[in-house]
Amino acid sequence: MANEQPVESYTVEELVAVNPYNPDILSDLEGFVNEQVNPSDGSLVPLIDSLIKFLKFSEGLLRGFAETSAFSRLHVSNQTYNLDANLSLLRLYQFEPERLSVQIVSRILIKALMAMPGPDFSLCLFLIPEHVQMEEQFKTLIVLSHYLETARFRQFWDEAAKNHNILDVVPGFEQAIQTYAIHVLSLTYQKVPRAVLAEAINIEGLALDKFLEYHVANSGWVIEKGAHSQLIVLPRNEFNHPELKKNTAETVPFEHVTRIFPVLS
Amino acid sequence: MASSAASFYRDRDEPAAPSSGASYDPTYVPDSVKTFVSHLYRHIRERNVYETHQMYEGGFHRLSDRHFRDIPWPPAEAVAPHCDGDHVFLLLYRELWFRHAHARVPGLSPAHRAESWDNYCSLFGLILKGVLNMQLPNQWLWDMVDEFVYQFQSFCQYRAKLKNKTQEEINLLKQYDEAWSVYGVLNYLKALVDKSMIGEILEREKEGLEQFTATDGYDYEGGSNVLKMLGYYSMIGLLRVHCLLGDYHTGLKCLAPIDISQQGVYTTVIGSHVSTIYHYGFANLMLRRYADGIREFNKILSYILKYKQFHQNSPQYDQLLKKNEQMYAILAICLSLCPQDKLMDETVNTQLKEKYGDKMTKMHRYDDEAYAIYDELFSYACPKFITAAPPVLKEPFTNYNQDAYRLQLKLFLYEVKQQQLLSGIRSYLKLYSKITIGKLAKYMDVDEVTLRTILMTYKHKMHSVDSDGKVISSADFDFYIDEDIIHVIESKLTKNHGDYFLRQILKFEEMINHLDKVQFD
Repeated sequence: MANEQPVESYTVEELVAVNPYNPDILSDLEGFVNEQVNPSDGSLVPLIDSLIKFLKFSEGLLRGFAETSAFSRLHVSNQTYNLDANLSLLRLYQFEPERLSVQIVSRILIKALMAMPGPDFSLCLFLIPEHVQMEEQFKTLIVLSHYLETARFRQFWDEAAKNHNILDVVPGFEQAIQTYAIHVLSLTYQKVPRAVLAEAINIEGLALDKFLEYHVANSGWVIEKGAHSQLIVLPRNEFNHPELKKNTAETVPFEHVTRIFPVLS
Repeated sequence: MASSAASFYRDRDEPAAPSSGASYDPTYVPDSVKTFVSHLYRHIRERNVYETHQMYEGGFHRLSDRHFRDIPWPPAEAVAPHCDGDHVFLLLYRELWFRHAHARVPGLSPAHRAESWDNYCSLFGLILKGVLNMQLPNQWLWDMVDEFVYQFQSFCQYRAKLKNKTQEEINLLKQYDEAWSVYGVLNYLKALVDKSMIGEILEREKEGLEQFTATDGYDYEGGSNVLKMLGYYSMIGLLRVHCLLGDYHTGLKCLAPIDISQQGVYTTVIGSHVSTIYHYGFANLMLRRYADGIREFNKILSYILKYKQFHQNSPQYDQLLKKNEQMYAILAICLSLCPQDKLMDETVNTQLKEKYGDKMTKMHRYDDEAYAIYDELFSYACPKFITAAPPVLKEPFTNYNQDAYRLQLKLFLYEVKQQQLLSGIRSYLKLYSKITIGKLAKYMDVDEVTLRTILMTYKHKMHSVDSDGKVISSADFDFYIDEDIIHVIESKLTKNHGDYFLRQILKFEEMINHLDKVQFD
């Protein structure tokens, strides 16, 4: 009669939430990075026993920490990116430098680039030792990040084309960068000339026409005729339309008003 | 522990010459120390937090100054008779012993540091069992967590300097390789946070189901505040450790349950208040959330200006002053990257101009001298970053304790460089309400394409995106572009009428109440 412990499956997010400082989850975090890059629906990482072990010199002490001590399969997450899990892995690499995998770090950095305008890429760099950052592919990624941070889209796309072998590993890279480009354009322009948009998202000609059609239908873009060329009117937001900005200084938080209720009564 | 006290003098390099004159005798306990120990023990047993605090803050330091200026206190075994040999009390005593040794006694060997680590393990292990029912002053509990992180940082720095170590020291490092492991430190802090359930307590407090801030964390129903408060302070401890590792995002996440926009238990002990805001502000600087950092620094620097005189006699006064200066430096950096005069109090602004007015003007120029100043201020104000991985204890022996710091500095200066052209934009656009891209490009001596990229860089750098995808603007002034015309957005001087009226209403009500109470004889 098998004395089976209930088989619990945990997502990587749950693992990180319970204890990100556990060195034994390092390989699972690596597996998760690979999953972020090559999502495979419903596949399960092979059985991992006692996933959360406790540190040798404080064995019993931390036992209360996690309810179950025998874990089994690791569900891969449906999400394709998790900053916390990736940062946890980079931290673990810091603590155990011999286990650092250049390939995994490269994938984390590419995913971080795709998360722009979030600062994820810098957050990752803060955790990677300087001598590791000297590797060729990391230098390339840093240059790419630099171009994106300074909105130099033409240089970015040129450089990306030269290094497509590194970047092709991760699906959705192009689209993610295009989303970022549109984000920056939306902050800056009410009406953007066609050529500026084309350079930013690296689409031209007929493909660009199709792209514009799609966004006119789905994202509220409008095409106008400008003085020199086609103009794309981007959706209104508080950053390109200052009148939309809620003047938060004028609003008084409710808690402050409650302070004078005793006086008013 | 008698052995470590006695071996203390064996391990030291210099000949033992304690300033108190007599040669060190580990069994000698001055009478004043005997009284101190027995009184402290009694006060803790009687849950007399006030007296405990007086002895802890006052008595301990007075005796340290008088008898133990640069030698250790008597070992725990020697004072045991005066506290019934109480196991828990002796753990607390030892914690004080090691704290004093780290601060005052030169030449601490890896053996001592490892023993201190063991003591923390025992102490925290006991507390985590949740069976203590003593109440200790919050100051003491904060100092415990603060010291724990400090000793960890100090040990990492110590063991990363291998070049001039003696063979004996290297052997000791090999022998005590489990002490102060980063896993241990992080896991203890996290265990304290989790076991104390402080997250849930704070949540329930928001819904009015629990008293925590109102009692300052103390338990008036016969229970203990120790685990709760250590859990609370450990959140700040985790923020600090993560900043030392360069992981600012996770650090801020650890602090998230504490609402720093309001007063709270973290503000009642000045050390915890300052440490929280310092690390919060520094993390925000590295995350490019300049406005958030400026806002919090402004609040605390203004607070320190008003109230620092009340802390002049406290043993934390020097630390307070140092952190004060460091925060002014970080504030100067933030304001140079993101000029936001509206967020600043007059008093703080004046102090800032006095200290760094000159340097801030130079930083705006973004020439070589400017970078040197950014470097100088960052290096002065930054935390003492550490390399968490244990050293490789074989040839060649180098000093790599600066590596972590150099990386953070390099990445910071890199960010500054990316923002180089933005100050040019600011100065030009402030002069116009509308200008074409062509004209501005000519004035700034760049081509139109470059100008467009600079304008977009400004927008990107000044609008950070938080974890929920919300865009937060740090921009001091703003603009938008219509095809090829830049429209500058006028910043209205916002008057906080609502807030002003509220304050006046309350003030006058108070005055009326006072007047009502006046009785004429």
